[in-house]
Amino acid sequence: MSAAAGSNGKTAAAAKPKLAIFGAASCGGCDVAIVNIHEHIVDVANAFDIVLWPTVMDGKYSDIEAMADHEITITLVSGSMRTDETVHLAKLLRRKSKFVVSFGSCASEGCIPGLANLSSRKEILDTAYSTTSTDNPDGIRPIWEFQAPEGVLHLPEFEPVLRTLDQVVDVDYTIPGCPPESNQIWAALEAVVKALNGTGPLPPKGAVLGAGESTVCDECARKRDVKKISKFVRVQQVAHFDPEICLLEQGLPCNGPATRNGCGALCPAVSAPCIGCYGAAEGVIDYGARLMAAYASVVEAMKPEEIDKVLDGIPDPAGQFYRFSLAGSLLRSGRSAWQNDGE
Amino acid sequence: MSTQAPVAPAPVEGAAPATTTFEPVIIGFTCNWCSYRAADLAGTARTKYPPNVRLIRLMCSGRLDPTFVLKAFSEGADAVLVSGCHPGECHYIEQNYKALRRFQLLQRTIEALGIEPARLQLVWASAAEGVRLANEIARVTEEVRAIGPLNWPAGDIVDLDAVDLSAAWEATGGDADGPPEAPGGVNPDHAAGSLPAAASQPAAATQPAEASR
Repeated sequence: MSAAAGSNGKTAAAAKPKLAIFGAASCGGCDVAIVNIHEHIVDVANAFDIVLWPTVMDGKYSDIEAMADHEITITLVSGSMRTDETVHLAKLLRRKSKFVVSFGSCASEGCIPGLANLSSRKEILDTAYSTTSTDNPDGIRPIWEFQAPEGVLHLPEFEPVLRTLDQVVDVDYTIPGCPPESNQIWAALEAVVKALNGTGPLPPKGAVLGAGESTVCDECARKRDVKKISKFVRVQQVAHFDPEICLLEQGLPCNGPATRNGCGALCPAVSAPCIGCYGAAEGVIDYGARLMAAYASVVEAMKPEEIDKVLDGIPDPAGQFYRFSLAGSLLRSGRSAWQNDGE
Repeated sequence: MSTQAPVAPAPVEGAAPATTTFEPVIIGFTCNWCSYRAADLAGTARTKYPPNVRLIRLMCSGRLDPTFVLKAFSEGADAVLVSGCHPGECHYIEQNYKALRRFQLLQRTIEALGIEPARLQLVWASAAEGVRLANEIARVTEEVRAIGPLNWPAGDIVDLDAVDLSAAWEATGGDADGPPEAPGGVNPDHAAGSLPAAASQPAAATQPAEASR
């Protein structure tokens, strides 16, 4: 804790580099993945003075505010920028940190919360507060500012468009994954610890840590032959998939061709198609565009009507091509997210 | 933070004021072997087509990466025209079928994201069809003019301090609230490689979003 370290003056703890782990709009899975590095978490605690990790321990934002600029050595930010509070804290941590790491899919490309960018703020609040599954007879909605007898209270305001961390602050490194695989987290942290000890090179700015530079297909053990797809199927429509052959060749929309490797191709190994949680492969500007190019190349149809019939097998193209990457895509959102709906 | 809400565009129908006609920006991807030569032929034959289209030559319509189309939309294009050899006449045997399938898949995806499918059009034109290509460009231009500007605000949701942090720090003098919200951001990925055609547009016609801000 920073307060303890500060009061002890120049103790060993105070000399350790400081680490902050902050979750913005996230599910907490990234924090679980960090803890899941098992006994290495002790090495992390030995190597760093953990000044903030709200999921795991107490820590005060006021302590962070009181720090000098760049006092924190590394900040891991998981989660996307959903409210003005998360944006504020991301900017605060950026100012106080030497290195900011975009940790996990939410921070890096929006992830599942980013699919909210297909809806307007009004539609999202209607779904959350006014659908039949919500017991809300008085139609109560959150208000961002409330005049209480003691003073004005503020709730974090829901922003119209969810953003990725690098759309809000400067990001030094990215660790992809939903969540990042624990062995990869440790590998990335170890590289940084070594660099701090002077026993290893510091990764170049902008580097993607804890992942490969190719695609999931490269890591996938399934056999690939000539890809020709005359029909897309959904996983529940087929009783048995061949365990040896590429899932895409069997008609299952698998996102492997566009997705960065590093996960070990765990999903296709158990006949589940890759859904793209490790984000865009090296050099890919727009994840969905790469995947569309790959799918369209292997569809076996020449006439527009035939092509349409095959493409009907992908009923939700936005969800298929941008499940994890909508907020970080070239278009960033659907139109309704940024249309003013008066909410 | 209402300042971060991207500015909504004018209503789509009848958006153009009566005094100034809306001039859509259309990025046209043409094939080296047919449609680019058709455009060339239209030029030598002095056949006029609307200057709204900015033609970019590819070696084949099959070279069309969907990224090009999305980048065009995200950086201010109102429509994208893809043009290649007629089916069966591809210089590279069958790559124009690839273009056709990408086009159909892209149309479905942009529709799911709220972009009118008519903003992405496919026209086959052989090297001899200069007049036909000119007519098709005119047709697409009028269709897009009727739909109105796209004004996709993708760049606006990025803070300027994401681009140059040190400058942003200096601007705030260490204020804990961070730099003031940028009125419109620039995607650092895009700054270096913006569409060359878009840069040459008259500001009033091509950047209505900028003008209204």
